[in-house]
Amino acid sequence: MQYLFSVIHDRTDLATPEEMTAIDAFNDRLQAEGHWVFAGGLGAPATATVIDNRGAEPVVTDGPYVESKEHIAGFWIIEAPDLDVALKLATEASRHCNRKVEVRPFVSE
Amino acid sequence: MTDVHEAVTRAHRDEWARVVASLTRRFGDLDVAEEAAAEAFATAVERWPAEGVPANPGAWLTVTANRRAIDRIRRESKRDDKQMQARLMHDDTPHEPLGAIDDERLRLIFTCCHPALAMEARIALTLRLVGGLSMVEIARAFLVPEATMGQRITRAKAKIKAARIPYRVPAAEDLPARVSGVLAVLFLVFNEGYLATGPGTGPVRADLTAEAIRLTRLIRALLPADGEVAGLLALMLLTEARRPARVSRNGELVPLHEQDRGAWDRALIAEGHRLVRERLASGVAPGRYQILAAINAVHTFAREARDTDWSQIVALYDQLVGLDPSPVVALNRAIAVAELDGPEVALAAVDRLGDRLGGYHAYHATRAELLRRMGRSGEAGAAYDAAIELAGNTAESAYLTRRRDQLG
Repeated sequence: MQYLFSVIHDRTDLATPEEMTAIDAFNDRLQAEGHWVFAGGLGAPATATVIDNRGAEPVVTDGPYVESKEHIAGFWIIEAPDLDVALKLATEASRHCNRKVEVRPFVSE
Repeated sequence: MTDVHEAVTRAHRDEWARVVASLTRRFGDLDVAEEAAAEAFATAVERWPAEGVPANPGAWLTVTANRRAIDRIRRESKRDDKQMQARLMHDDTPHEPLGAIDDERLRLIFTCCHPALAMEARIALTLRLVGGLSMVEIARAFLVPEATMGQRITRAKAKIKAARIPYRVPAAEDLPARVSGVLAVLFLVFNEGYLATGPGTGPVRADLTAEAIRLTRLIRALLPADGEVAGLLALMLLTEARRPARVSRNGELVPLHEQDRGAWDRALIAEGHRLVRERLASGVAPGRYQILAAINAVHTFAREARDTDWSQIVALYDQLVGLDPSPVVALNRAIAVAELDGPEVALAAVDRLGDRLGGYHAYHATRAELLRRMGRSGEAGAAYDAAIELAGNTAESAYLTRRRDQLG
């Protein structure tokens, strides 16, 4: 079962060196314990571009799809047998990256 | 006929959670388990009058519910679902009794009270899947339309499935936190029964207090060594014991010191006191519910209100403040302090809580009472007004209104 951990933040500052060290160590552990699928940090919301090609012509919009006080600053995709394990990992993830983390299951099957 | 009816009622009370729990274990699906259990009980209502009550109603219900669940899964899995078929062929229903901690019902309770579910969803799921209350009963208990309650339960079950909330008893290191989550759900159910809110209900919902006590007894039977479970059960019993004296004939709340103590339920008090003594004897530092139970035991121990050992109560509140520094605990402590050190000292403590408890009726009611005792009628009247405005319970409003109108 895979879960998406979205890192939620209300400023556009990047992780501090201390936070980066903690995140790296946590990532090593995720890999060693078989939870790791993928992870990455994202550029600021202002660097986003939205494309809508459902109509006749593609429409390109500068900026994120929704303006909000909080945004997704990065993410993990992790493998866990159930939500309890995922929540435990997310609890650690939030501490290490010093931000809120949303846990969401991928649709299975 | 009446005997059969009683047998069905008894089986429902004793076996519902067990049937739902064992089917959830077997089929891995709360929805299937709930529906099949409901159908099995409906079948019992239909067939027991003619065929007689089976020797082992629980086994009969489990077998019947299992058949219903298999029927449903066969209907739904016309497509080749290998996993489902495998489950149907492999009957791993345990026939030997399980140890206390392995009881299937515990898994069910921990799943229903999972911290990833909203509190209102936990309450609804627990009452439905563990308590066996109908959707109509739960909707009525919480004053929401049946459709809303139905959606709440459906959404919660969907999340359990999609996010894979596990069906198991938490690991030992997580157990205390998870048990306290379960107790919080039961305490909320009890409190809603004890001080029902909303203009459409009676001031006390005995059905809810009884259900909360029944479920807490069940947890107590499953986790007999847990001090907080014992504490919550004692707290509920000692509170429930006073119910007959708590609302007057004309629907007014009767405060503790005016209650007819002869009307208190002595059997419940004896049981509550036994639990409190058992916890004291354990020598283990008490948690929140055990301290609250002990405070209630001091009250129920006093034959007359004037015999109440207030210094003991204040000492217990001091202990509670150490565990739970919330303003509501501080308010209740101040009420006890008023009896020991007088209303002036208490009012000074209460006034310090104003910015945090300004929206809480009990804060204003407490101030009103203290101001009245100090002869400051004008201020007391304004405080009663604020309390009446915020009080959700009909008996409490009636009491506060009379007190206000009696001010000189």
